Parts: sequence; C-alpha cells; structure tokens
Amino acid sequence: MSKFVAWIDERLPVSKFVKNHLSEYYAPKNFNFFYFFGSLALFVFIMQIVTGIFLTINYKPDAESAFASVEYIMRDVEWGWLIRYMHSTGASFFFIIIYLHMLRALMYGSYKKPRELLWLFGMFIFVLLMAEAFMGYLLPWGQMSYWGAQVIISLFGAIPFIGESLALWIRGDYVISDATLNRFFAFHVIALPLLLFGVIYLHIAALHTVGSNNPDGVEIKANKNPDGSPVDGIPFHPYYTVKDIFGLAVFLTIFMFVVFFMPEFGGFFLEKDNFVPADPLKTPEHIVPVWYFTPFYAILRAIPDKLGGVIAMGLAIFVLFLMPWIDRCKVKSIRYRSLTFKVLLTSFVVSFIGLGYIGMQAPTPILTALGRLFTFIYFAFFVVLYFTSKNEKTKPVPERVTMHG
Amino acid sequence: MTENSNSQKRRKFLTNLTKVVGGVGGIFALIPFLSTMSPSEKTKMAGAPIEIDISAITPGTFKIVEWRGKPVWVVHRTPEMLDIISKDVNYLADPESNNEQQPEYAQNKYRSVKPEFLVLLGVCTHLGCSPLYKPGENKDLGLDWKGGFFCPCHGSKFDLSGRVFKGMPAGTNLEVPPYYFASDTKLIVGEDRAS
Repeated sequence: MSKFVAWIDERLPVSKFVKNHLSEYYAPKNFNFFYFFGSLALFVFIMQIVTGIFLTINYKPDAESAFASVEYIMRDVEWGWLIRYMHSTGASFFFIIIYLHMLRALMYGSYKKPRELLWLFGMFIFVLLMAEAFMGYLLPWGQMSYWGAQVIISLFGAIPFIGESLALWIRGDYVISDATLNRFFAFHVIALPLLLFGVIYLHIAALHTVGSNNPDGVEIKANKNPDGSPVDGIPFHPYYTVKDIFGLAVFLTIFMFVVFFMPEFGGFFLEKDNFVPADPLKTPEHIVPVWYFTPFYAILRAIPDKLGGVIAMGLAIFVLFLMPWIDRCKVKSIRYRSLTFKVLLTSFVVSFIGLGYIGMQAPTPILTALGRLFTFIYFAFFVVLYFTSKNEKTKPVPERVTMHG
Repeated sequence: MTENSNSQKRRKFLTNLTKVVGGVGGIFALIPFLSTMSPSEKTKMAGAPIEIDISAITPGTFKIVEWRGKPVWVVHRTPEMLDIISKDVNYLADPESNNEQQPEYAQNKYRSVKPEFLVLLGVCTHLGCSPLYKPGENKDLGLDWKGGFFCPCHGSKFDLSGRVFKGMPAGTNLEVPPYYFASDTKLIVGEDRAS
C-alpha cells in the first residue's frame, strides 16, 4: 500500500495535499457553534449538484412541458419526490446556512485583515447563489416562478437608456417565455454551478492561505510551538472532521425531517401559487419571492421610485462587499468590542429579519412605513459603523484564545 | 548593447501588439455568443398586430386579449366612468399624460381615440405585473376609491384611464399600445392607422 502511495506521490503530491489541508492544517481550537456552517454549506452545495443532476434526467426545460415534467417527477418517477424535495428544501437550507455563516463573519470580524479577499470571494458566492436560486425557481414554470421572474427581470428595465433592451436581451422575448425558460435552465445547471465551483475553490484556497479566524479574533499564527505549529491550533483532521460530521448528523436530522414531513414549509419553501401552471395573462393576487430574497425585496418596495428602489436594493448587497473597509476597528471579535458595536449589529440583524417579514406581506401603509424604517436602519448600520469604528473603545484582547464560551 | 535593447524593444512591441489584437478579436468573438440571446426571428414575427372584435364588450365590461404575449385590455367605459375621469385629478401623478406612455392620438384625459373605449397594455409600469380591474367603490382600496386598476404586487393604483396615482411604486401611467378602429366593431392593436 505504501509503495502504491509512494508511486502516486511521485507523480501527484496527494499525501502532501492531505497534510497541508487536513492532517497538518491547523485551525483554532476554540471554534463554537457558528463554525459548523462553512462545511455544511459545502455539503449542501454538493447535495444540490447531485440531486440537480438526477432531476435533469427527468425534467424538460420547455414552457409546454416543464410544469408537467415536475409533476411527473413528483408522481411517476420512482423516488422522484424525494430527490425533488431534497433539492427544493436544500435551496432554502442553503440560504439559512449562508446567512448564519455571514452573521458569524460579522460577529467575529472574519472579514478583517488579512481576510478581506476571503470575504470578497464569499460575497461573490452569495451573489452567484442568489442568481442560481432565482433562475432555478423559474424552472417549475408555476405562477410564482413566472411572475417572480417577470418582476425581477423588469428591475433591469429601470436602468436608464439601456434598461429596456437589456431586459429584452435577458428574456430573449417581449415577455417571459419558452426562450427565457430555456436559457435559465442552461444557466442554472451549467454556467452558474461551474462559476460557483470556481469561486468556492478560491474561497477555500484563500481561507487555507490566511487560516481561520475564531470567536476571540486572535491570530493563532502569532503564537507558535517550536515545531512551527500554532499553540492554539489543532489539526483539522481528525479534530474538526469529527466535529463537522457531528454537525452534519444534526443538520441532516432536521433537514430530512423537513423533507419528509413539511417540504413546502407552510408556503415558505415552496409557495402555494407555484402549484398552478404559469399563466402570462393573470397575475396572482399576491406576488412574493421566496423567503430568502424578501429582505432585499422589502428594500426595493420601500423606495417610492422604480429606479431608486432598484438602486437601493443593489446597494444593500453591494455595501456588504465593502465591510472590510467600512469597519475600521482593529479588534475583530464582538467579545472585545464596544457596546455601540453590539447595539449596531443587533439592530442590523433585527432590521434584516424585519425586512424579511415585511417582504413577505401584502403592501399596507403601516408595513410600508415600517419597511422604510428598517431600510433606514439597514443602511445606517454601515454609515454609523464607519464613523464609530475608527476610535472605538474596546476591551483588551487576550494574547491566546479562550475556551470559556 | 544597443542591438540587444533594440531587439528587446521590438519584442515588447510585438508582445503588446499581440495582446491588443488578441483582446479586440476576443471581444468581437463575444458578439455571436451574446447575440444568440436576443429575440429570434420567429419571436419577432410573433409580435405582429392583432384584430379584436369589440361588439361583444358591453358598457362597463372588460376584455383581455394577448398581444406579444402581454395582456391587452379593452374596457368599454360607461358615461359615469367618463364623468369620474374628467373630475378630480389632484391625486394623479400625470393627469395630462405628459410622459410618452401613449401614441399622440391617445394623449388626452381619456387616453383613448374613442372616449368610451380604453385600450391599454395590462402591464404595471413598476415591475411588469398585471394589475386587476376593480370597477366601482371598494373599501379595501381606500374610501375614496372610485374604480380603476390595482396592482397586487406592490400596490400601485391607476384610475379608469390607466393614469397612476401619486406616491405609488409605479411612476408612470399604464402604456397605451398603438391601435386604431378598422370599423365600428373591429379594433386593430399593434399598429397605427398611418402605417
């Protein structure tokens, strides 16, 4: 066996790779709950690819037969319902995981020097993932697929001068039609997954270059054993592989419970109107995007001007890219930061969840006003943070990581 | 070593020239790929004008027809409706239809060729949903609602001429497509009389 390994290693340094990235890749020993979500996100990505491949075997990207082919998968294909529900539930869980993964980064300052590029790659993944989810949602060709896509593509029409022709070019028709469905299928199953794969690779490569942050925000590389390994680090394998497998087991228990018993999740994961085939002449009474888009959708609705709304929504995502430069505080972890930061981050999270709720509801005057308030708080977070973080009053950061909490 | 530096210069020049030519060629090579995403000839053909028989549309009723895959509304307005339209206009964003959302012949307060027949594209000018026809009073839409169109997506309101209310997500009036009456009962949507 060792002869075989040696033979391989001479031709491809597999053992060296395993050492560098697993058995001698050191991660901080004080990871907590929030550090499950990176590896879980990777797992869900692979699960989406696998279930997606098996769905394409029976799905037909054609306006005439798309809706029926999904029903065919659900009713006639053996175990088709399981594959499809894993894929649709997987999409929602992907976003739950990604949002918690991002919250972790905000709490522990994981976007700060030297991890700016790591954060940027992560943000690109987030944007690609939103595009991937949006295009995938058109494929069942239900009412909500159709009208949701209609609303989102019209956003491009708000861009001055080139907007209308751009929207026409994206649709490939004067309305959402077979042409649109076909190209969205191509993007959803080939183009975007390939891009995602590439950026995820870069994300992990960047992570393994700078090393993981941790709940204390202490750089473990600053404090090394004589052999060069960090004092506060433990090898990823076996310590964190075991931790992550445990997390995966808990995750799969919850995930499969939803898949088996509540795959529509009360209309949150699969909206009720999407069980009606797309009808270009009839808008459903109440159009809402899937829950993971609703915070940004609420921002869009909050601005009483089409172009302004689109700009605000785009800005809401774009401003996150700039986090490493907006937050100028040297201390990374929330544990050692000021009350101001804690209040700011809490109100940001509250406004994000509030916007998510409002984005799901039919527009009423009260909700619109509330939506505007939350939109204001959402953006105020970045502005206030920029000005308060420079000379923030922080607590002393310990030399070594702590294990108490 | 002037000769050497000379050849270095030439090499650098040739390298840069290759980059520029290759780059320009690469950009031109994008054109066929990106063009495949534009509407095809077949799609453009499907955008031809349509003929609508309006004899069956009685006063107060409304008909939806498909043109270019979009809903076209034909509303037969009653004298009472026309009365409402010509009255109070304070709550409208563009009562005179100054925005070019209609052919010239429909730029009047009724936004139509014949006052009783309203022809509109049933596509909200906000984000392209199809608003709902809500004639008559309706308490859900406000106590002063006198009939019009309501977009269920983002709550934009339009009057019985498709004119948008002030302060709505939609900023402009509903679009009037090009149309003309070929006879008393025949309406052509998709081209002007002139053409």
